[in-house]
Amino acid sequence: MVALTPISRTEPAFYVPVVAAFGAFFGIFIGTGQGNLILGVLGGAALMGLAAFVLTKLIKVEKAGRWALTVLVALGGLALAGIPGLVIGVFFGWFFGFLSFWLYEGRYRAKIPPYLTPGQVFWHFAFRTICGSIFVFLITPILVVMPLSFNAENFFTFTPEMLRFDPAGYSLKHYRDFFTNDAWQSAMMNSLKIAPVATLLSVSFGTLAAIGLSQPHVPFRRLIMAILISPMIVPLIISAAGMYFFYSRIGLQGTYIGVVLAHAALGIPFVIITVTATLVGFDSSLTRAAANMGANPVTTFFRVQMPLILPGVISGGLFAFITSFDEVVVVLFVGSAGQKTLPWQMFIGLREQISPTILAVATILVGISICLLTVVELLRRRSERMRGMSPS
Amino acid sequence: MSEAPTAQTASSHAAEARIADAAHTGPMLAADGTPLKKSLNRALRVQKMRALALVAPLLIFVLVTFIAPIADMLFRSVENDIVSETLPRTTTMLAEWDAKSTDIPPEPVFEALYKDMFFAAEAKLHTRLGSRLNYELTGTSSLFRKSGRKVEDMGEVYQDQFEVQNDFWKTGENWNSFMASDAWLAAMADWKPADGRQPAFELRDGIASTLPATSAAYVQYADFIQNVDEKNLYKTDPWAVIYSSLHEDLTGENDLAAYSGPASAELSAAATAAATFETVNFTEAFAGIDKDWTTLEVWQTIKVYSPKFTSGYFLNAVDMQKSVDGAEMRPENQQIYGILFWRTMVMSMAITLSCILLGYPVAWILANLPTRQANLLMILVLLPFWTSLLVRTSAWKVMLQQQGVINDTLVWLGIVGTDDRLALINNQTGTIIAMTHILLPFMILPMYSVMQTIQPTYLRAAKSLGATNWTAFWRVYFPQSIPGIGAGSILVFILAIGYYITPAIVGGTSGTFISNRIAYHISQSLNWGLGAALGAILLAAVLLLYYAYDKIVGIDNVKLG
Repeated sequence: MVALTPISRTEPAFYVPVVAAFGAFFGIFIGTGQGNLILGVLGGAALMGLAAFVLTKLIKVEKAGRWALTVLVALGGLALAGIPGLVIGVFFGWFFGFLSFWLYEGRYRAKIPPYLTPGQVFWHFAFRTICGSIFVFLITPILVVMPLSFNAENFFTFTPEMLRFDPAGYSLKHYRDFFTNDAWQSAMMNSLKIAPVATLLSVSFGTLAAIGLSQPHVPFRRLIMAILISPMIVPLIISAAGMYFFYSRIGLQGTYIGVVLAHAALGIPFVIITVTATLVGFDSSLTRAAANMGANPVTTFFRVQMPLILPGVISGGLFAFITSFDEVVVVLFVGSAGQKTLPWQMFIGLREQISPTILAVATILVGISICLLTVVELLRRRSERMRGMSPS
Repeated sequence: MSEAPTAQTASSHAAEARIADAAHTGPMLAADGTPLKKSLNRALRVQKMRALALVAPLLIFVLVTFIAPIADMLFRSVENDIVSETLPRTTTMLAEWDAKSTDIPPEPVFEALYKDMFFAAEAKLHTRLGSRLNYELTGTSSLFRKSGRKVEDMGEVYQDQFEVQNDFWKTGENWNSFMASDAWLAAMADWKPADGRQPAFELRDGIASTLPATSAAYVQYADFIQNVDEKNLYKTDPWAVIYSSLHEDLTGENDLAAYSGPASAELSAAATAAATFETVNFTEAFAGIDKDWTTLEVWQTIKVYSPKFTSGYFLNAVDMQKSVDGAEMRPENQQIYGILFWRTMVMSMAITLSCILLGYPVAWILANLPTRQANLLMILVLLPFWTSLLVRTSAWKVMLQQQGVINDTLVWLGIVGTDDRLALINNQTGTIIAMTHILLPFMILPMYSVMQTIQPTYLRAAKSLGATNWTAFWRVYFPQSIPGIGAGSILVFILAIGYYITPAIVGGTSGTFISNRIAYHISQSLNWGLGAALGAILLAAVLLLYYAYDKIVGIDNVKLG
């Protein structure tokens, strides 16, 4: 973004107290960690305030000054708390060096409108900090399981060895367990056997129906739509209970087919939603043009319509796949031991025998989700480009 | 390819039609000569049919694999034919008994109960009925189990006396000779186990009117021997219950005099003898098995649950019970579902509220940042959305434990002491934190798509007209973003009240939802009817919200990713 506001250096009376306030805030943690809160707060404020003044008024060379501060604080951290302290120290040193110059040079104002009052500027940054912490809340659980899955111990928390970055604290044993343990491997195989078939079912039926629903004159459109979307809305436990009762009546309970049918039903709303969304932008004169040039409906569908709505179909399919791949409630009821899927195995692992192999599986699944997310995002952009919209 | 010639003929037809039109001023005609209106209607109908034909396979699929199970569940929540199927004679007899009277039912009811219990015990159905009625009256299960074991000996007095009176009554072959039809006897004579199924038992003509109770019991007995036990009926000796029925027939009113079929001599001899037989008082016999049979409560429960359909499960699901005086509240200490429904509601609201609080700023910043940065931050929202639910739940289990990451960090920072680590898991806090995280993307995404459409110029206009930041936000921006909040809230609330997995793992006992109770009833207590009734209430709540969502947002407008 271009600079909105001309910037100028600020007075020490402004930035030194601000940096000191940050120092006091972080000092709380160091102080409580060392057993003396007051000393931490005061020491943090004094040290960081002083550092800010020294950096900007005495050293003046930004790059060298910041490096020096980083090294200093890092060494301080090392002295206080060993290797973890060093890492945190590097971060603090970098942060305070950045903060001092950012405030001193007035860069913080560069990208916000010039007419804002100081209070509004403060709110601007406070708001960003709030948002930042919410993003941290969103992403932390996912990030935390990754390093923990390399734990050499059977613990669900960071061991002192891990915190010291001692190689002995890390191992691949939980991954090894996942790939060699029969229970996990058969669960994986079951998931891979069930999800693609369920996806295929929901995509083929769903796409046809979505095309039907996008026609201009569909009787009972609202009702049909409500029925087709309902598997997404009805609580899974109710679907699971109903399917358990009904499928045992017709002999599908505990069979592979039963689970596949159940998962296909759960995946259908996602296919319907994504494909109908894609079809909104579909120009129906293209099919008329194809018919006009002599293509029969089947040819028209596969040569004209399908390539254009393919991104929507694929992302609907991915949603259906992940629904089936992730699903645990329905399979718990409709399936039997022979259909134990990966989430089911994880569920057992979490409820009964707590095994950190779950974390290794979780990390692998996060990897898969990242891949799927990337594919869906690319498809969405492609679809929007094809519709002549700029990717948003 | 085939269209081309058709198009040509059509155009020539059209030309003719125009000429025809000019000639007479009737209704406007289409190319093929039919009135245009009709032709258009037909085209519209074809279009509708084609659309329906495309939708039909999926609709049928969903109806069979999804709607039918839901309907089945709703049916199970009122279905109650187990009592009248297992105790058919007793429930019929009980119809005349006044449940509000202070006397236990008369002897004929006990006699009917003896017969029903005898057959149920042979088929091992009495324990099922016992556990069914045990949901309503504790202790019934053991009562039925005990009675089932002992009921077999109860009527043996009659069997012994008949067998003493004449050896004829001892063997099944003799019984069949006058109970079964000639055709069946002939068919059975040739039957060998290798032939497969036995020919189905047929009653002799006229025997049913002569010996009504015996015939009814015999038919039921024959059906069981042939189809469940798969023994050769021809060679099997009858059960004690047949003899007691015969005694009942012979001593009661009958037209034995008019009967002249096989064994009529034996029957009339037995009838004379039966008048002096030692008899069994079934009321006393049942009381001898268990005193509970003489208590009113057992009989009231059986009577109240005799109909094929019952509202009992629903009443149980709302902490009420069915009694002879109609529905009444359960005693205070047995009321659990009201609390559970209330807790589910309150916690879902808490989760929705915290999702609004956390989601609103994020959606705002996503909608107001430049596209490139917003897309980057969007990944942070979408990644949890795409990550397996189990992964996120296990992550929270790892983080929230007593020895988990959050507590460890807090201890390390010295904020809490080692001995008073926060209890973040296995309680309501755990459920609310984990579920807020899990459902947050469902709040952010609808809010974001609404906020994207709000023009930033409105805010600037408000400010240039003198509004403060707060006024501009509260009076201009916020009202426009309400549809997003509404859509997100309903979605999150709907998802939250039906959640099962996360509360089951991080909720402990105080943080569980009604869904956990439903799962418990279906897979552990096996009280399916109650589970189904709880499910039906939950479903009703969700469908109401779904309807509201459809009215406010429109299901077509649900966006994913």
